[in-house]
Amino acid sequence: MTTKDIVLDHVSIRFGSYTAVDNAHLTINGGEFFSFLGPSGCGKTTMLRCVSGFSEPTEGRVLIGGKDMKGVGPNKRPTALIFQNLALFPLMSVAENIAFPLEVRGVGKKDRRKKADELLDMIALPGVGDKKVHELSGGQRQRVAIARALAVEPDILLLDEPLSALDLKLRHHMRTELRTIQQRVGLTFIYITHDQGEALTMSDRIAVMNAGVIEQIGDPEAIYNRPKTAFVASFVGETNAIEGKVTAQTGELVVLDTPLGPLKGTAAGGRKYKPGDNCYIFIRPEQLELRDNPAGENAFTTQAVKAEFEGNARLLFLGANGVDLRLTRINTGERPADLAGTAVHVGFDPSKAFVLPHSALAGA
Amino acid sequence: MNKGTGGGVIAAGFSLLFFSFLFGPLIIMVITAFNSSSFPRITPWECFTTEWFAVLIGNDRLMNGLANSLFIGVGVVLISVPIGLAGALALSEMGPRLRAALYTVLITPILIPGVVLGISTIVFWGALGRGVGADYGSIFYDGMFLTLAGQVTFISAYAMLVFLARLQRFDPTLTEAALDLGASPGQAFRKILLPFLSPAIGSAAFLTFLASFENYNTTVFTILSGNTFTTTLASKVRHGTDPSLSALAVIIIAITLVGAMVHEAHTRRSQALRDGSAARSKIYGNPVLRVIVHPLCVFAILIGSISFLTYQGSQYDASVCKQQVLDEKRARQEQLLEEQRQRIKAQKEAAGATETGTSVKKSPSAFGGAFGGAAPKPVETPKSPSPFGNAFGSGTLAPKTD
Repeated sequence: MTTKDIVLDHVSIRFGSYTAVDNAHLTINGGEFFSFLGPSGCGKTTMLRCVSGFSEPTEGRVLIGGKDMKGVGPNKRPTALIFQNLALFPLMSVAENIAFPLEVRGVGKKDRRKKADELLDMIALPGVGDKKVHELSGGQRQRVAIARALAVEPDILLLDEPLSALDLKLRHHMRTELRTIQQRVGLTFIYITHDQGEALTMSDRIAVMNAGVIEQIGDPEAIYNRPKTAFVASFVGETNAIEGKVTAQTGELVVLDTPLGPLKGTAAGGRKYKPGDNCYIFIRPEQLELRDNPAGENAFTTQAVKAEFEGNARLLFLGANGVDLRLTRINTGERPADLAGTAVHVGFDPSKAFVLPHSALAGA
Repeated sequence: MNKGTGGGVIAAGFSLLFFSFLFGPLIIMVITAFNSSSFPRITPWECFTTEWFAVLIGNDRLMNGLANSLFIGVGVVLISVPIGLAGALALSEMGPRLRAALYTVLITPILIPGVVLGISTIVFWGALGRGVGADYGSIFYDGMFLTLAGQVTFISAYAMLVFLARLQRFDPTLTEAALDLGASPGQAFRKILLPFLSPAIGSAAFLTFLASFENYNTTVFTILSGNTFTTTLASKVRHGTDPSLSALAVIIIAITLVGAMVHEAHTRRSQALRDGSAARSKIYGNPVLRVIVHPLCVFAILIGSISFLTYQGSQYDASVCKQQVLDEKRARQEQLLEEQRQRIKAQKEAAGATETGTSVKKSPSAFGGAFGGAAPKPVETPKSPSPFGNAFGSGTLAPKTD
């Protein structure tokens, strides 16, 4: 265990009768880029404020570097928080902002300026120290906020959706930037986001949260390819959910009776199902294939409703027996025949589809 | 409306009327301050004089009141601004329901008439003084203290409103960020919140000082036997005014104008520096002009010219002119007296003549003989000058009049 480890020991946070975080129990390793991913209101910001010291857990303990943080204020914890709105001090220059943590620790003016200039070099913004915050662009402010947090020399950097205010291009650029900075400084990053793209590209591990409960913890591959709950499957990435009843299970292969006929999928996480269990079978739009005929395993016929062109991919909206499906094809540079309004045969590989018990879906 | 429909003329006319309504009294007041006439007026213009400033400064009661007012004003600022700030901070930290209730409580002193506040201040502190057995020389019966206490009750609410307005625009995550970056709560307050509030502290101090300085309703009760600037002024106006009040107005207007101009210079300068138009602008681009329009420089220039004018004014001697006016007045009086004597003489002669022959022209009728002979003949009581119309008998009770 290092000083950069965080342990959330059965942490629950309640406001009156409302439970914001319900029994979170996990360990975040030193030097890890760890993301909390979830829709707004799922309790991820509350969790972060609890780690940074702005609120105390109602139950359980927060341990940083093995030490219980109970009663330790935010100014005494080895954490630095980057706020959603960045919270740069508007009345100070960029250098004063970055040197603020040193100023309150009584570091002399010269040393402060030196350190600020070093940090500005590190975030590749040399020479902007004397500018006012409002003179910087969104991406520059972002980096200044990171530099200011790093000036604390924290063990853990907490980031509360810091990219949400940026435009798309910059957001994508800052993802790489953040990851690079994290690897360079070797700190533990805890990153809060509702954007699964951010979580998947940057994180070592992700915790998916829903309504205060951590649904799954795992690396991005596991979260995307082997979701453990219906919520995770539907929240992370695009997916098609088809409701059905289990008719049989042989090993990992589960057969479901669905409105589209019997379909086969893989039992995620080695679960065992009984015939008659209400389940979902999830298949990603990119795993759904167009077929020449309705024969073969997991094949069925649908009606194409409309087609959309997204640049890198083509999206086909399908409908059959009250089930709406989406199918993505990579853009090969050739315009395919317009399928809208025609009957289309589709199918999928059972090993690419996963069967999960029936529960609430994301956004439903 | 536009120029084609005559809107320009109407707008210009309206503006003219509006500004004469606003500034007319001030201009007249300023002019009367330099007229030697002992009643504030423009016509007849007698002599240009600066003596009313001397009269003003020589008025001990007024100067004493001014000193009291300044002392109370500074005291009120020093007490109300921290109280107002504390109230605003408390309000911005609490839950919405408690907040609404406390807001009402804190704002009530503004809504209560000043007279009521004044009286209740005396009553409260008097009762308290009696309660602790203090004598009349104690602080509970001290006009300065009571005025300070009375004014602070409602002026701190003004300060609180100023701070509340500013705090509403404060982003509380800034304080949280400061704490997170290692600042203690005290440091976060000093380094983040206080600098953000500094413009509001300035305006609150200014507002509270003015509110204290110009307050009459409350002060007239709480000052007891003492006096402040406003109470002295009020009693002076009641007992008849002279142009030294106009001189006072001139001084106040001058202070206001200097303040406004320096403030304007400061605003424009910081605006130009902030939006970066300074380098392009004709004024701020020129190194000499740039120095001249610096607020401190503007202040120095204005104070310099005022001191020069004051010195010149103090050297000015209007006594020759005044003597001349006095002589003229005397001569005119003499002339009037002489004319009157002539007229009386003529009347007497005419009276002698009417006894022999009636003359319409000589009729003393109020209607100037317009009714000719229809006017009643004046009752002939020339021998009795008694104000009681000879009611007590002729010459017996009436005092001797020579």
